[in-house]
Amino acid sequence: MSDIKIKVNGRESTVSVDPDTPLLYVLMNELALRGPRFGCGLAQCGSCSVLLDGVEVRSCVTPVSKIAGKSVTTLEGLPALYAEQKRLAQAPALHPVSQAFLDRQAPQCGYCYNGMTVKAAELLAQNPKPTEAQIRAHMNGHICRCGTYPLILEAIQLASTRMAGDVR
Amino acid sequence: MTDISCDTSFARRDLLKGGGALIVGFSLAGIPLPASAARGDMAGPPDPDAIDTWIAIHADNTATVYFGKCELGQGNTTGMLQIAAEELDLAMSQISAARLDTNVTPNQGATSSSSSIERGGPQLRAAAAEARRALLALASRRLGVQINSLVVTDGVVSVDGEGSFRAVKYGDLIGDKPFNVKFTGTAPQKPSSRYKLVGTRVARVDLPDKMSGRYELVHHLRVPNMLHGRVVLPRGQRAFGAGARPLAVDEASIRHIPSARIVRKGDFVGVVADNEWDAVKAAQALKVTWQEGPELPGNANLFTQMRGQKTTDTVIANRGDIAKGFAGAAHVRSSAYFCPYQGHLPFGPNCALADVRADGALIRSSTQDVYNARAMLARVLDMPAEKVRVQYYEGSGTFGRSCYEDAAQAAAIMSQAVGRPVRVQYMRWDEHGWDNYGPAHLAEVRAGVNAEGKLIAYEYHGWQHGWTVTSTIQDIALQKPGVERASGSASITVNPMSTGSMYVVPNRRVISHAVPMEGYLRGAALRSPLDLSFAFASEQTIDELAYALKMDPLEFRRRNIGDKRWLGVLEAAAKAADWKPRVMASPRSSAEVVRGRGIGLGTHHVSYGAAVADIEVNQRTGVIVARHLYGALDCGLAVNPAQVESQIVGQMIQSASRVLKEEVLFDKHGVTSLDWESYPVMRFAEHPAVTPVVVQRIEEPATGAGEEVMGATVAAIANAFFDATGARLRQYPMTPERVLAALAART
Ligand code: FES
Ligand code: FES
Repeated sequence: MSDIKIKVNGRESTVSVDPDTPLLYVLMNELALRGPRFGCGLAQCGSCSVLLDGVEVRSCVTPVSKIAGKSVTTLEGLPALYAEQKRLAQAPALHPVSQAFLDRQAPQCGYCYNGMTVKAAELLAQNPKPTEAQIRAHMNGHICRCGTYPLILEAIQLASTRMAGDVR
Repeated sequence: MTDISCDTSFARRDLLKGGGALIVGFSLAGIPLPASAARGDMAGPPDPDAIDTWIAIHADNTATVYFGKCELGQGNTTGMLQIAAEELDLAMSQISAARLDTNVTPNQGATSSSSSIERGGPQLRAAAAEARRALLALASRRLGVQINSLVVTDGVVSVDGEGSFRAVKYGDLIGDKPFNVKFTGTAPQKPSSRYKLVGTRVARVDLPDKMSGRYELVHHLRVPNMLHGRVVLPRGQRAFGAGARPLAVDEASIRHIPSARIVRKGDFVGVVADNEWDAVKAAQALKVTWQEGPELPGNANLFTQMRGQKTTDTVIANRGDIAKGFAGAAHVRSSAYFCPYQGHLPFGPNCALADVRADGALIRSSTQDVYNARAMLARVLDMPAEKVRVQYYEGSGTFGRSCYEDAAQAAAIMSQAVGRPVRVQYMRWDEHGWDNYGPAHLAEVRAGVNAEGKLIAYEYHGWQHGWTVTSTIQDIALQKPGVERASGSASITVNPMSTGSMYVVPNRRVISHAVPMEGYLRGAALRSPLDLSFAFASEQTIDELAYALKMDPLEFRRRNIGDKRWLGVLEAAAKAADWKPRVMASPRSSAEVVRGRGIGLGTHHVSYGAAVADIEVNQRTGVIVARHLYGALDCGLAVNPAQVESQIVGQMIQSASRVLKEEVLFDKHGVTSLDWESYPVMRFAEHPAVTPVVVQRIEEPATGAGEEVMGATVAAIANAFFDATGARLRQYPMTPERVLAALAART
């Protein structure tokens, strides 16, 4: 056990865990977050995805000791991150990607949508106007067992169009 | 919304109260519960003949409905609320659903076979109509007018034509008091012509919280004093019936994880620890020597063994004279088809939380049937069922019986042993390796047409084993061999609906050959059970006859269908795809990448499904990519067409995944498909576009919408492969190796 300082969704905290503990378990158990969730523990599915300094990582295979000095954003922190990226005065209730998923009624069970949202938010921050092929390639590491891929694709395109209207 | 009383804390008094209430017995319709007893205080099921079991109207003019069908991510809750709100004349914002709970909600059986809206819906609708009738009687007395001059809008009853001058709210009529009305089922129901909510695209009630990350899944539950548990099983299941017997458990192997403890019961081995990572590490580090089981056939010998086995045979359909039919045929096509074991494999492996004490147990689980789960848990815990309370919390889409009962039973066993609440999360390899797989299937199909293009003879023989009624953890903890559902009508047999019933065939025979499950893998219903296999075999045979006649396969089907609803979906799918009549596999191309288009029909039990598939085949690499799928579904009254469309999309993507990629691999020792690499599924980059078409039939009863396009999709893809290449694939998944072999064997 050691005391480890982490910064998640803009907030710093100290957790007392084994340094080899995967970040996922810290987010779920110590911070009681509901976004990142267990899917495989093997970096195969994208269920546990978070952003580490804006880059998507698999928290199930990222030891908590490896994130010192870095900033973690989970699903819960995406609206604030978006406001920061777009220099908005106020964070929206939902990140535009989540809003588009909701408006398109894309999810079924919704379990995979933590990873889908995080990964799509990463994409649109890097490339606001991705082509369909770029979306497909970028999202390929994320499985949806319920088979909602076509709706996810449409919703990401919708979010991309809408985000162009938000000032930077 | 009013908070409902079933969501209790783990406080001891709740359990004591639950136990104490048993002495009082069950509540009878019309007899109010003792004033001290709240909903949830007694073991259920509550009396289905009391309206209070189904509906509560609150003082703030909202309603809670209590039903026994759960949200599996299929939009079920929204559909059920639409039905209840429609009959009660409430707005969607005024109504919510209670959590499924064996102390609270009625027993409507399992949430399976796409039965929620079909069978659970009418019951809830009748209860809502009866509640409305009781409310109108109260309003008539309060307002001093005849019932037939009352109208209701959003839970406000008013005198027709007098607006709000003479009006009263439901909440003021009954607010939180019991109806004390018997459920007779005789209350008049709204005619479909007056529907305002049913049949419309109401947004899913669960999605806002799912998108924000606020939604509470079973995986999220944490309670004070809780331990984390993991099961310890051999990697990959062995032959059904052999269980998993530990010969030696080396306690020293986890001594370096101080908080970890081993829990054993019968052959069950698990570990608990203070924190989750310790439990994960301990379960992996623990050295167990397992007894070797009897040999499995492995993928290599599976079908030979099944075909050679002594089977229990059932005639499923038998019409006319098959021999005479074939004797008069101008063309006959016959072939054998081979279909794999496939897994449920929810994206989030199963999870459960149990708090078992001497005087009662509370288990939170994502089971599809809380009452059946309770009965199984009672057996495992050796407690009377009335002392066991099961609450449903949603998990990840399950598609049938994945390992949810196992996770719940493992948590319960460990909680009972350590005297603290235990949360069990299945690991990926547990879920993949110990699933109750959709059984493998072997088919021999023969069909014949006359020179006019009419089907005159059809014969289907199917071999498969059945489903388990027990569960892995129960079997090993109680050291009993697993039980297969008795053969006969309760067991899985060839489904006559999926094997030629969509066509008018004067001479048709369907025979089911039940193989005993012992010595194979553990089986259970997997979404649209075996219908994918039936359609793969049956609809390719139909396509071959169209080809033999040099006829367009759409036209051939049209000619042989007698039912307007089958014709309706066929035409709807063809129209969506802009089908152009032609003979399949003509012209044939030798290009590296060739395109093909196919059509197919299928169902599960009652609804009607049709599909068209556009695919590409790389003739050099053998890779098939599905480009566009068009699916039409007639499920009678589509309560929420948007949700039916969503179901069609999900079914078609999953079917494409299953026919192109999915197969449980196993050798003679056990299953070797243990993760998403060793059991590949369809990925994002390669997914086809999907065009869903709902054939709305507002006047027909609502029937299942969660499984019925899957068979058609698989058939359309298989037929598209022939169109593209001129070769038939008679085994799936249609992997590159199988494709290349089929192309090489082409004449
Ligand atoms: S849980 Fe981390 S990638 Fe699957
Ligand atoms: S919506 Fe269920 S796994 Fe994607």
